[in-house]
Formats: sequence, C-alpha cells, structure tokens
Amino acid sequence: MKLSRRSLLQFGALLGVTIAGGGRSARGGPKNILSDDRMGVLVDTTVCVGYRNCEWACKKAHDMSTLPIETYENRDVLGQFRRPNLESLTVVNEFPSDKPIPIDVKVQCMHCDHPACVSACIVGAFSKTEKGAVIWDSDKCIGCRYCMVACPFQIPAFEYNKPIQPRILKCDFCVHRTANEEKPACVEICPVEALTYGRRHDLVKVARERIRKHPARYVDHIYGEHEVGGTSWLYLAGKDFKKIGFPRNLGNNPAPGVSESIQHGIFAYFMPPALLYALLGSIMWMRRKINHEESASDGKP
Amino acid sequence: MENHKAQPLNRKYFTPGVWVLVALAVNGLIFLGFRFYGGIGSVTNLNQQYPWGLWIAVDVAAGVALAAGGFTTAALGHIMHREHYHDIIRPALLTAMLGYTFVAIGVCIDLGRYYFVWHPLFMWNGTSALFEVGMCVMIYMTVLYIEFLPIVTERFVGRVHLPGLFKVLNRPVDSLLRFLDRGLHKTMFVFIIAGVVLSTLHQSSLGTLMVIAGPKMHPLWQTPILPLLFLLSAVSVGFPMVIVESLAASRSFGLKPEMEVLGRLGRLVAPLLGIYLAFKLGDMFIRETFVYLNEFTIESVMWMLEVVLGVVVPLRILLSRKATRHRGWLFTAAFLVVVGVALNRINNFIVAYTPPYAQARYSPSIGEISITVGLIAILILLYRFVVINFPVISLPDGSRISPAKYAIRGAPS
Repeated sequence: MKLSRRSLLQFGALLGVTIAGGGRSARGGPKNILSDDRMGVLVDTTVCVGYRNCEWACKKAHDMSTLPIETYENRDVLGQFRRPNLESLTVVNEFPSDKPIPIDVKVQCMHCDHPACVSACIVGAFSKTEKGAVIWDSDKCIGCRYCMVACPFQIPAFEYNKPIQPRILKCDFCVHRTANEEKPACVEICPVEALTYGRRHDLVKVARERIRKHPARYVDHIYGEHEVGGTSWLYLAGKDFKKIGFPRNLGNNPAPGVSESIQHGIFAYFMPPALLYALLGSIMWMRRKINHEESASDGKP
Repeated sequence: MENHKAQPLNRKYFTPGVWVLVALAVNGLIFLGFRFYGGIGSVTNLNQQYPWGLWIAVDVAAGVALAAGGFTTAALGHIMHREHYHDIIRPALLTAMLGYTFVAIGVCIDLGRYYFVWHPLFMWNGTSALFEVGMCVMIYMTVLYIEFLPIVTERFVGRVHLPGLFKVLNRPVDSLLRFLDRGLHKTMFVFIIAGVVLSTLHQSSLGTLMVIAGPKMHPLWQTPILPLLFLLSAVSVGFPMVIVESLAASRSFGLKPEMEVLGRLGRLVAPLLGIYLAFKLGDMFIRETFVYLNEFTIESVMWMLEVVLGVVVPLRILLSRKATRHRGWLFTAAFLVVVGVALNRINNFIVAYTPPYAQARYSPSIGEISITVGLIAILILLYRFVVINFPVISLPDGSRISPAKYAIRGAPS
C-alpha cells in the first residue's frame, strides 16, 4: 500500500491533540499565597549619596570577606557599572543626572511577588516566604542554573569554580535577621536613610505621598509596584528608570505567567497525555486489524 | 520483496576512522577530568550573564531533538503498522537509546551538583518546565532500554556462555532472558505508546524552557508557541536523522543502502517540514518579527541560515520524487534538515539569549567543544560496537549464515 493520505491524517490527529493540549490557555500565574503583611524596602535613589555602607554591612551579615569599612569611602568604583555577584550580594552604581548631584542606585534581588526563579526551579529550591523574601535552599539545589535563565533582573550568581557543592548566591532579604525582628543589614546601616523597611502596602503609600509632595523631585513612577507583577523592593527616582540601569521591556505581567499557562495546559490533570495515549492505542489497534485483513485478502501464505 | 532480517554485522571493529574517533573521545575525557576537578568554570566560558552554553544547546537540546527518530519511527512502524519500515526501527531505536543516554550524561556534566541529579524524582515543582523535561527524559530513557531488551534476548537466548566460574549462572541467566522475552512480547505495546506520548511531551516542553526567559530572548525566537515549534521540528527531524544514519552506516560497513525504504521515508518528511515551516513563518508574521531580518546582525544571519538552509532547501529537494530516489540528494536533504534543527536549538539556547547586563557575547571554549565532540565520538563508537554485536541492522536473509532465533532455542546448550 502506498503512503497515504490516511497515515498523514493520523499523524495530523496526533499533532492536533498535542497542539490542543499546548494551546489551552489555562489559569495563568501561580496562586497568590502572598501575605498582606509581607515586608518590603523602599529605595529612594534621590536620597542615596553612594556611601556604600550597605555593601559592607551586607557582607558582614552574610559572613563574606570584606575590606574594612573605611575603604568604602573610595568613590572610584562608583564609576564602573557593577552587578551583584559572588563577592557582593548588593552593589551601588552611579549614573549622571541633570541635577548637580549624580544618581546612586543600590541593586540587589528585587524579591518579586511572583518570582520567575521560584516557578522555574526544577526541584523547588526557591521559595517566597510569607514575609516577602525569596530564598534559596541549598539542600535541594542541583546546580542547573535555570533560575539564572529565568530571572528577569539577572540576579542569581553561581559558583562556577567549585567542583563540589557550588552555591547560588543572591540577596536573601536578611531572613536570619528579620526572623529576630531586626531590620535587614543594609537598611539598618544606611546613614542617610535612603532605605525604608516596612509592610509593602505601607511603603507604596509612603512612596505615593513623596511623589505627591515633591513632584519636581521624582518621576511619577514607583518601580516595582507593578513591574513583573510587583516586587518587594520598590524604587523612587528623579530620572527615567531605564536610564539608571533598570532592565527594559519587562512589562507588568508576572514573569512566569506564559510559561506556567503552557505547563498547566499540557498537564491539565494529566488529561492531554492520557488522551494522546488512548488515541495512539486505538490507532495502533485499528491499524493492526486493517493490516491483518489486508494480508488475509492478499492471500499470502 | 526481499526477506530482511536484523543480525549482528560481521565486521572488524577498528578501522582508521575508528581510531580518529578514539582520539577525539580521549581528548574529551581529559577536559572532562578538568571539569570535575576544577568545577564548571575551569573549562567553560559560562559566567553570571550566560548560565547556559554549548552543553545545554547541543548535548541536551539538540541531542533530544536528533534522537526523535526513535519515537517517530515507532509511531510509523508500530502504531501505524507500516510494515515497510520495520527494518529501520531497530537502528532508530538504538540511536534514540544511545542519544538519550548521552543527553543524560551531558546534563550531569553541566549540573553544578551532578550527584544530586536524582533530586527531581523526589522534589517536585509542577510549575517548572525543566522539571517536566527532566522527569519525561528519565522515564523515556527507561522505556527505550525496555524497548531494546528484545534485541538483547534475541541475541543471547540459548547462547549464554559466561566464562570460568560464572558458568553456573548460564542456566539462570538464560531462563531470565527467556522470561523477559515472553513477558515483553505481550506488554511491549504499552511501552511503545508510552514512548511516543513521553516524547511529544518533553520535546515540546524543551521549547517551553526558554519562554520564561521572556525579553532576555531575541524576538526572532521568543514566542509563546515555542513548545509547538520544538515539537514540529523534532517530528520533522526524526526521519532525516534515520536516513543520515542509515546511509552513513551502510557506507561505513560497505552495505547496500536501503534506498527503497529510505526514499519513502524521505517523501514523508516533506509534508512534516512544510507544516513546521508554515507555523514558523505564520508566527513570524503574526508577531511581525520580520522587521528584525532587515538588520544585519548575528541573530538575523543565524535565523536565515536556520530557516533557508535547514528547512527551505531540503524541503525543495524532498518535494522532488527523483531526488528522493537518488542517494546523494536524499543524503544532502536529510543532512540539511538535521543541521537545521541543530542550528535551531543552538539559536534558541545561545544566539537568542541576550541578558540585560551582558558584557560580552558568549562563545564556547575549547574545553566545552572538546567535551561535546568527545561525547559524540563515544556515541558513534558505542553505536558501532552494538551493531557489530547485536541484531540491529537488517540484511537480506542468507547474506550471512545466522541461525534463526527459534531454531537455537530447542537445541541443547
């Protein structure tokens, strides 16, 4: 028998089921299990002057090696564009401004409300705590680095040069301190109070109030209020956020949204795979029967 | 029709070509030593901006795609019951089995904590596309080994001759093989269908992997239908891979190429490739990403290479009935499809990935390339070993006097 409209149709049916499975836009995004009392930090970049004491305090709080705090007075490093990495979980970058003083921006994990890393992690090593911190569990991690692929802010850093137990390093919102009702190390040390620690809901109100009172000082935008579905860390600035080192075109949908819809579509109660299995099984059975009849009618021995 | 039967090939293992492969394999293993001694950073160009590189793109993503011959031929031969194609199912199954084994090894090399590779079995995260890929690949690999078992039983039932002290085990091993053979004969259909279902699932989920990277991925490739495109391209590359491998094997072993079957298979590829191209271009027009082709960048050049060289040209060749009967043309077309899909995976995982704070574009290091090439060399060496020792490749009956399976069974051992 020649090939065959029928076998193509069968292939088509096979594909169709999978497509239907993949295309089913089921519920997007994870269920919101966030506490209303989750905490956050408001970073006012118009207040920050780049003392970088936060960098020092962060290293101290996480038992990382650091030079004495006096060395942080050197402002040369502010000129280079730095990223959080294995040596420092937070860094301050400086950007030129229209006003006499430059803009200093502290960078660390944003602690998303709908974190891409939590959604992506193959073993669920990341989690969003009730208090708002996004933390990483060393006991689960297998070192696949998918969190790094997923993170829209390019935050997690990986210890590439460790053959055994390499870690993922990123700001953990000082969970060991906040558990004891202490403020995060960076917030506590900041000499100019550029950082405010508090309930995220309150911080949004505080930020709005500041913008309302000083419209000339701020752009009318709280970065992190809606970006990628909202983040625990919020920023105020006097200049367009795209020009002071924040990622472009992130949008306001949770970063894991589309990916999770696809996953849930394909695996809606295991129905699509089960249906595909049943379909293939019946095709197999039908074809076997047809084949038997054909060979019988051919009169083969 | 000639009566074909799968049988071990009566050939010498070592040839000059094999020694070249051995050299490449050893070179790869040396670099592998460094990777495990000094960590991933000691041999790769990966960094905090580019967490995934050549190993994920080629060893894992392209590896899984190019092993698609296993499930596409199983669907064609076993599920559609196309008896014509039975001769190519075993070689395709072997490629898939070895292919997935090397995907698993590739993953372990790339994992920072390879010794925890079993964690996903117990620590589930249903929202993770990678979790799904991992589980499906693990289960599918098991299924492939089960599907391969009948080839082992066929080879050894009634022929178990263990050396020295192990002689006492001859009879128990033989009984075990016979038991497996009987059991598998009745239940194999369960595994065959499961294999196809698992393949469609993880082939598409491999595409879902990069969706979460969102704007970090170049718009030429970032689309919510990535899983569909990955599935369609995997389905279209399955048969070309079988063709390439069969023609290469027949040349290497000096056998007559099975042009009749392969040509038919080649003609099946055209519509599959056409569907893939239609979705790929349709997606491009809906998202209006063709504007990026106006720019002369690495991305636009790679996209054109992938689509023109890897899809359009082979599609044109395969649409010609004459070309599918011609060994050279068929090989060229099939090879281009294979290259095209491999390029697509490299593009998706490396070229398209543009992190917001990239300092320099990632390109693989000598160490990364050596390890990948070494793995491929070992894969080919294993393939050669298996087809020489197990009944995988079909030859016309009588070309080599090989006792039939059931004749041997009755004979006293």
